[in-house]
Amino acid sequence: MDLNKLLKAMLVALPIMAISACSSTSESETDAMGSTSGSGSELNGGVQTGGIGGMLSPEEQQRQELEQLRKEHIIYFDFDRSEVQTEYAAVLEAHGTYLVEHPSVRVLIEGHADERGTPEYNIALGERRAKAVAKYLQGMGVQPSQMSIVSYGEEKPLDFTRTDEGFAKNRRAVLVY
Amino acid sequence: MKILAKWLAMAVLLCTMPAKAALDIVITEGVDAARPIAVMPFQWQGTGAPPQAIADVVMSDLVRSGTFKPLDELGLPQRGIGALAQFDANAWTNVSAEALVVGSVKPYGADQFLVSFELIDLVKAQNQALKGSANPTELLMDSRQTVISATQFRQYGHRISDIVYEKLTGIRGAFLTRISYVVVNHSQKAAYSLMIADYDGYNEQMLLRSPEPLMSPAWSPDGRRLAYVSFENKKAEIFVQDLYTQVRTKVSSFPGINGAPSFSPDGKSLAVTLSKDGQPEIYVIDIATKAIKRITNHYSIDTEPSWYPDGKSLLFTSERGGRPQIYRVDLNSGKVTRETFEGEWNLGGSITPDGRSMIFVNRTNGKFNIARMDLSTRFMQVLTSTRLDESPSVAPNGTMVIYGTTHQGKQVLAAVSTDGRFKARLPAGQGEVKSPSWSPFL
Repeated sequence: MDLNKLLKAMLVALPIMAISACSSTSESETDAMGSTSGSGSELNGGVQTGGIGGMLSPEEQQRQELEQLRKEHIIYFDFDRSEVQTEYAAVLEAHGTYLVEHPSVRVLIEGHADERGTPEYNIALGERRAKAVAKYLQGMGVQPSQMSIVSYGEEKPLDFTRTDEGFAKNRRAVLVY
Repeated sequence: MKILAKWLAMAVLLCTMPAKAALDIVITEGVDAARPIAVMPFQWQGTGAPPQAIADVVMSDLVRSGTFKPLDELGLPQRGIGALAQFDANAWTNVSAEALVVGSVKPYGADQFLVSFELIDLVKAQNQALKGSANPTELLMDSRQTVISATQFRQYGHRISDIVYEKLTGIRGAFLTRISYVVVNHSQKAAYSLMIADYDGYNEQMLLRSPEPLMSPAWSPDGRRLAYVSFENKKAEIFVQDLYTQVRTKVSSFPGINGAPSFSPDGKSLAVTLSKDGQPEIYVIDIATKAIKRITNHYSIDTEPSWYPDGKSLLFTSERGGRPQIYRVDLNSGKVTRETFEGEWNLGGSITPDGRSMIFVNRTNGKFNIARMDLSTRFMQVLTSTRLDESPSVAPNGTMVIYGTTHQGKQVLAAVSTDGRFKARLPAGQGEVKSPSWSPFL
């Protein structure tokens, strides 16, 4: 399934993004300087003109990265657990920052469970997962009024194989704008 | 192989029936322990093609009860008889069945039929044959005559099964009952359907179809209404729907979870799970006034309320001990007692109609199966060996449990007798089938 790919891509992409988040500032500076000098051309008479290239401010740069991160909108959980794993901190950070900057934007947090256990228990578990994500975002300053929660328990699995891998994909919280 | 051949013959019989069941039956265990019984095809006393084969309904019911196994009709010593008057006790001395069902169908005016049936005691008949004393009236265990319309053949077949079953076991038959369940078919735009069918999967009707999940159907004690959870408004809400008028009433739509409805024995209230005050807790809602009363108060998950038959206590699942286990709460005192201790998890409990045992989902070594616990001895027995079992619902006569399970990667319904001996799968044609709920006696 596509999700499998997405999950794998995410696992790979996250550390890379985290690394690039640290190093990108200097890179973009070199780029900007390079483009400034590059765009300059020597004219007759020895004068030089200067111009401004497509330089991104650090803020803009960060915004783009966050935008990229916000494309990841699924957080996965361990069996019968509802704690947000540290590996999803960057993704939630991106969503949280965006929501804090845009107080008028609302997000729906869906909680899901795998098919083990009873449907009723899984509804409760799914809600706990969605609430854990909401609490995390609230900790970043997102207003409770911006967030709503729904638990679908085991009623909307993404993966129907009912294998351990499939279960892992179904234990999730999804941010829906 | 002999058994297989027998069941193949049975399957052929079932296939020739004009009506179609939405759920088939594949018996996986318990045929050998069942009691042999003889069911004669009912004698057709009209002209032209006979109407629906009523004896097939009776045979199928007796098989599904898990208690009986009808003998192959081709091997019966007498054939084509429709009443005790034609019964020859001497011919039946070598038949290893305790009783024989015979009957006849006769045209009775426009679109009407007179159906007669007689239940003959084969044990007594064999004794009489041995002693050489013939007293046919002593052999008659029951006999009835009724006029039915052409559409009532299946229904009256179930009625005959009820009588035969009760006569031979002392337990009321549950063949004139229905089940409701949810079908999920992702190839359809409105993927979720709430269905209702005869207990054997015939006469399936759709009650509600939705693009969003439908959950937890629960019958009212009078069998007229169904409570369920619908996500049609992108949130969980509890509705009660009248099965005859189709009128739907929204009973609960609080923020958060509105789930796990269960009708009180008097039909006036619903026990539900709400998370409006934080964690999922058990509440009781008065259906008419919508007044709610909070029953549990704990920071962990409380859900799956289910009434004791006397209406004075509720069973519920709680994580208050660290893992899901089943507890009882007394509605007057609010006192909570833990009911299950064996296994890693126990959840989804309900009390059998006789009040003597509890049926629930047990997790042991990571496997989820249906289990029964005797309430006086506290002895627990795991009944099933299927995969990812959930949503057990007990027949109103307490003999059978229908539940949701997974077979070959698909959600299907299955049944197990409360003694664990009879096991069957109820495969459906299309989609996944889940959340079965057995009606009360109708």
